[in-house]
Amino acid sequence: MTSTRPQLAFALMDPPFESARTTTAFRLLAAAAQRGCDLKVFAYEGAVLLPFAKQQAHPNAVHGRSLEEENHPLPKDIVAALIAEAARHGGSLDWINCGLCVDERGAGEAIVGVRRGSPSDFWQMAQNACNTLVIPTRG
Amino acid sequence: MKVLNIIESAYRATIEEQDDTILWLMHTLKGAGATLDVVLRGDAVGYAACGQDASGLVFGSWQQTEPPRIEQQLGNLVAKGATVYALADDLTARGLAPGELLPGVQALHQPALTGLLPQYDCIWHW
Repeated sequence: MTSTRPQLAFALMDPPFESARTTTAFRLLAAAAQRGCDLKVFAYEGAVLLPFAKQQAHPNAVHGRSLEEENHPLPKDIVAALIAEAARHGGSLDWINCGLCVDERGAGEAIVGVRRGSPSDFWQMAQNACNTLVIPTRG
Repeated sequence: MKVLNIIESAYRATIEEQDDTILWLMHTLKGAGATLDVVLRGDAVGYAACGQDASGLVFGSWQQTEPPRIEQQLGNLVAKGATVYALADDLTARGLAPGELLPGVQALHQPALTGLLPQYDCIWHW
């Protein structure tokens, strides 16, 4: 059965801890998730590391905070939270990592809910979506 | 669905990836049945120049045997039916004359770009 919920597609490219564009992308995804949208994300290039399962938090001596106090933001946790948030509001977040980009970065260990795909999945997403936003790497 | 792809980010990771990754994506989307055209702007207009050669990279005993061939990559996209434009002002600013462009690449003036946009279902700015 076809969903009647609005479907939005996103292409993300920036790797974790490198760009505020990713934070903006997460904000947009959160806003759409809270409105019950069906969200499709195609992670291309460095963005395939956003849901990389082996990311680790750390304490920060300069901040004077322990591991627990620092609560270092990990993109994998944000992706997981966004997937859960979308489901909680009756929508969904389908995150597809570009398979070749995963291979060249050794980023195969992704969190639950992330799957491997190809640019043809992105084209399929774009065709089915109300609109598509690409947030490319700059520089 | 018809998509106009404006490519502005240029020469980013082209050595590591052995191509421009957005042009690569255009090829794969074409293969998936996409109808798409390309506008090169900013430094990306350099992709339309004839005679590019990125070969010869060597680090110690490591040699890059398959360098990026962006000229060929772009030419193949034209051959697959994509219309490729390059913004005229950006070409001029970089000293590229129309006669130095790859066959099939069309110089496009900014006002014409504005008129082009409504012809597409989506505009993706890379």
